[in-house]
Amino acid sequence: MNNVFVYIELEGGKIADVSLELLTKGRELASTLGVKLEAVVLGEHLQGVEQELAKYGADTVWVADDKEFAPFRTLPHTAVMCGLIEDEKPQIALFGATPIGRDFAPRVSSALFSGLTADCTQLVIGDHTDAKTGKEYKNLLYQIRPAFGGNIIATIVNPENRPQMATVREGVMRKEVAEKPAAGEVKAIEWKKYLKDTDLVVKILDRQIEERKIDIKGASVIVAGGYGMGSKENFQLVHDLADVLGAEVGASRAAVDAGFTEHARQIGQTGVTVRPKLYIACGISGQIQHTAGMDQSSMIISINSDPNAPINKIADYAITGDVNEIIPKMIKYYKQNSK
Amino acid sequence: MKKQLKIVVLAKQVPDTRNVGKDAMTAEGTVNRAALPAIFNPEDLNALEAALQLKDMTEGSTVQVLTMGPLRAADIIRDAMYRGADGGYLLSGREFAGSDTLATSYALSCALKQIKPDVIVAGRQAIDGDTAQVGPQVAQKLDLPQVTYTEEIVELKESSIVVKRRLENGFEVVECPIPLVMTVNGSAKECRPQNARRVMKYKHALTKSEVAAAADSLSAELVGKKEYLQIVELSAQDVNPDMAQLGLSGSPTKVKKIENVVFQAKESKRLTGSDSDINELMVELIASHTLG
Repeated sequence: MNNVFVYIELEGGKIADVSLELLTKGRELASTLGVKLEAVVLGEHLQGVEQELAKYGADTVWVADDKEFAPFRTLPHTAVMCGLIEDEKPQIALFGATPIGRDFAPRVSSALFSGLTADCTQLVIGDHTDAKTGKEYKNLLYQIRPAFGGNIIATIVNPENRPQMATVREGVMRKEVAEKPAAGEVKAIEWKKYLKDTDLVVKILDRQIEERKIDIKGASVIVAGGYGMGSKENFQLVHDLADVLGAEVGASRAAVDAGFTEHARQIGQTGVTVRPKLYIACGISGQIQHTAGMDQSSMIISINSDPNAPINKIADYAITGDVNEIIPKMIKYYKQNSK
Repeated sequence: MKKQLKIVVLAKQVPDTRNVGKDAMTAEGTVNRAALPAIFNPEDLNALEAALQLKDMTEGSTVQVLTMGPLRAADIIRDAMYRGADGGYLLSGREFAGSDTLATSYALSCALKQIKPDVIVAGRQAIDGDTAQVGPQVAQKLDLPQVTYTEEIVELKESSIVVKRRLENGFEVVECPIPLVMTVNGSAKECRPQNARRVMKYKHALTKSEVAAAADSLSAELVGKKEYLQIVELSAQDVNPDMAQLGLSGSPTKVKKIENVVFQAKESKRLTGSDSDINELMVELIASHTLG
């Protein structure tokens, strides 16, 4: 009762990174609140799944192991999650903001009449006073998320309803094994009492999971490399920085033509047009062919050895220097200052 | 002969947050909302197209748009009619103000209980909130199955629909019985454009509030004569809800605080590659929520 729940997502039998990130955050929340961290896994062939989850701090691992739960379908997962929440009454329930979490967490929240905040970027425990009634609430979950196309940051609370539910995107929270592994005590969910025949009406006829697609259009942060990166090997630095920042990798035409990276990443007139919150241009001179595809970015940082490179005219921050030295420094200082 | 379908598209009029370029920011670096035009939520247009495709597959089917919003949201119903919808419903009233996704879904579900559609189609998410919650929540409130992230309607059968869903790293083909709720992805087929003949036919379509505001106009006169020009306006009372579940009181989530993301001045700031410059920059980006 009153614990923190994390829904565990499986990808091809493996625990999704986002779920381990949520356990890491959930552990922090549970310890602040002085309650237990409980993982919920619905799937097939789950023997031993608790070992990995315990490493990330799960005190309890709730398991429903049956072919009806894999691959994921909305209705069976919703029915079991709702039933378990009603019986166990967690105060917080966290889900990955993945196609699965964003599909069924809203349905769970509707069935339980409990508020759900999508795509949170921070989760913090804090107190709250209702502005109208003056009523005070202790230890609520602050659900912090960007809204309005990323132009405002909102802090959301659910004062009266439980559980307090939130989804978080992959890569937003840090993933870290617990200093001391938790018990990971397995408890079998009595799922048959939650599931109705009508929960099985949707049939999966075909399912194909491909390699991850490149999605620079939808990225809120883009790190792009140009000819100034010098070589395909050096271009790896652009990927390194993007990985750390949770960003996508883009490129100028010159970098693509030189074979540093694939065409799907090309930004500009003959490539993709992007409008991210932050665009970091590494070794890109800033010809109009390129800037036409990115000059609407909310913030632009350029790194170039030439202080007079055209890109600096549209950059909010122009860093003059060698990309091979500056990118590693950005990685180092981002890691040092974040979280 | 397939069953005729009564199809309802859930649509929203939204501020065009995609076009928050540098000119849409105030001198203080906050969003100038007045500079943002109100548009048809982009993925709801994909949903409209999917609905019109279903209509094209079965003679006698109808497509209606349901939107909740202020009176000016009737604009998107007219836009949908120009593109092929048969009509629409505008759910409007002060009672709905301050609704979170759950209260919105509840209000829409009350209207849908009266309309009784076979297929409900919605965009995956609206660009002003990006929550993707209303479709699944409406499905739950009506106790219907849901198919999210629809990219393509593969086949319409006697009592089910086969749909291709876009997942992050692939796709899935599912068969779902009718009635159902579908949400449609931006990667699905783009909506057909406005049709000139339909624009001529439906440009006089009005809600009753619009008729009242322009009582002597030609449009108002035509709406009185031709039923197909009437956009149905529904108040809270019309859909018979539990009032406690509407608006602010029906919203479990409360906004505690809003901060504007303040962007830096446009004049470029010159930095060297020194450790202290880079460190300061990263601290600033994290503090302004640009990163992390």
